[in-house]
Amino acid sequence: MSLEILWRYAPSLLSGFGVTILCWSVGAAIGLIVGFAIALLQRLRLAPLRWLLRIYIEIIRGTPFLVQLFLLYSGGPFIGLRLEATTAGILGLGIYSSAYFAEAFRAGFSAVPLGQIEAATSIGMTSLDILWRISLPTMLVATLPSIVNLLIILSKETVVLSIITVPELMYQMQTMAAETFTAFTAIFAMAIFYWLLVEAISRVGQRVERRVTAFMTPARAS
Amino acid sequence: MSAPTIELKDVGKSFGALEVLRGIDLTVNKSEVVCLIGPSGSGKSTLLRCVNFLESYDVGDIRIEGKLIGYEDRPDGGRSLMRGRALREMRCEIGMVFQHFNLWPHMSALQNVTEPLQRVRGLPAAQANERAMQVLTRVGLADKAPAYPGHLSGGQQQRVAIARALAMQPRLMLFDEPTSALDPELVGEVLEVMRSLASEGMTMLIVTHEMGFAAKVADRIAFLDAGRIVAAGPPRQVFHESQEPRVRQFLQTYHDRNSF
Repeated sequence: MSLEILWRYAPSLLSGFGVTILCWSVGAAIGLIVGFAIALLQRLRLAPLRWLLRIYIEIIRGTPFLVQLFLLYSGGPFIGLRLEATTAGILGLGIYSSAYFAEAFRAGFSAVPLGQIEAATSIGMTSLDILWRISLPTMLVATLPSIVNLLIILSKETVVLSIITVPELMYQMQTMAAETFTAFTAIFAMAIFYWLLVEAISRVGQRVERRVTAFMTPARAS
Repeated sequence: MSAPTIELKDVGKSFGALEVLRGIDLTVNKSEVVCLIGPSGSGKSTLLRCVNFLESYDVGDIRIEGKLIGYEDRPDGGRSLMRGRALREMRCEIGMVFQHFNLWPHMSALQNVTEPLQRVRGLPAAQANERAMQVLTRVGLADKAPAYPGHLSGGQQQRVAIARALAMQPRLMLFDEPTSALDPELVGEVLEVMRSLASEGMTMLIVTHEMGFAAKVADRIAFLDAGRIVAAGPPRQVFHESQEPRVRQFLQTYHDRNSF
């Protein structure tokens, strides 16, 4: 362990950490939005559309992230899609995670008790009102633990972006290790960085979960 | 003479090969209280759920104040499903109370009542709150307005659910086994609210296993068995004078279970 080397590389490591956070947060945001849209569209009773979305999900879930990333970054130019490494990385994370988020949201929708929807239907609410006012809040609460879980997994998937030369933390660490022959220090520092990041995400997640479920936990049995 | 509040004519419904309702004729006039009783699986709840078209029926007519619910007559003599808006307009005049309360857990008692007032009736927030507080006071729960359903007892939740339906000022109310999910000592408070509604002239169709309540409050009883009404009439007649073997057997079982 040479703390002195880490100190010397601190600026590039911190900028790498910044890029990691950027890719993770923007990628996750894209994934959440697209995943949510997919889950909503699947609820429309349009067989061809549901089919297409199902195929999308199966392909994205069925292939490794690394392969998708290469296809997007190196295969993109063949169809006229020239992306900068970081842009491709963010987009790749977004596409990859959207399939998983879509599945989480779909499961969340089916967790909304039918009775709540029947109560709203029987009182004359529109489908749109029922979706936004009744299903959505319950669905989000039900989905929250798996969303936090997926966010954690996704934060660690960012290391794959180093392969297409996105200057994120893994990339900077590899550079440092190669220049100073300090592989062990680099790997150890990586572990610490990611552990802190994951710990932070899960703390925030727990706090949010506690807040939104506070009113749903029965104080006493009926 | 005006049309009855609810009128069912030769209503039938099947789930696949299983006929759950067969040739149901039933009329509920304004301010009448009618209780549907019978063994489980006899079709009582399905019948009730057809009245606001939560469940579709296959044949026959169900009319609310003379208007067919769920279907529209086509010029060619057939009928097609009613459009969403027309159906919603009919549904919001029909209050419904469920066995499992079905309150929205992410809203306080007050919000559960104001939500449909604002979304369906289009009342501004202040007016919705005012009317919600009136009905919550009426069911004895003004002090629980800010509480979430998860923090209320079953009896309190059911009274909030009644308040939610009542606030819409419906023409009639449907109750689907409103006390079946409650602990015995909480049944009374809910029945008391229903009794007071009945005495104020609310038109009510009630699926219940509370024979004592039915005998005291109902104007008429309809006994269902295997999707048919096998006996109907004033409580006295159905409970004490019916010679129908299914009714006698059902009541005998009920008495045996409730005496100790």
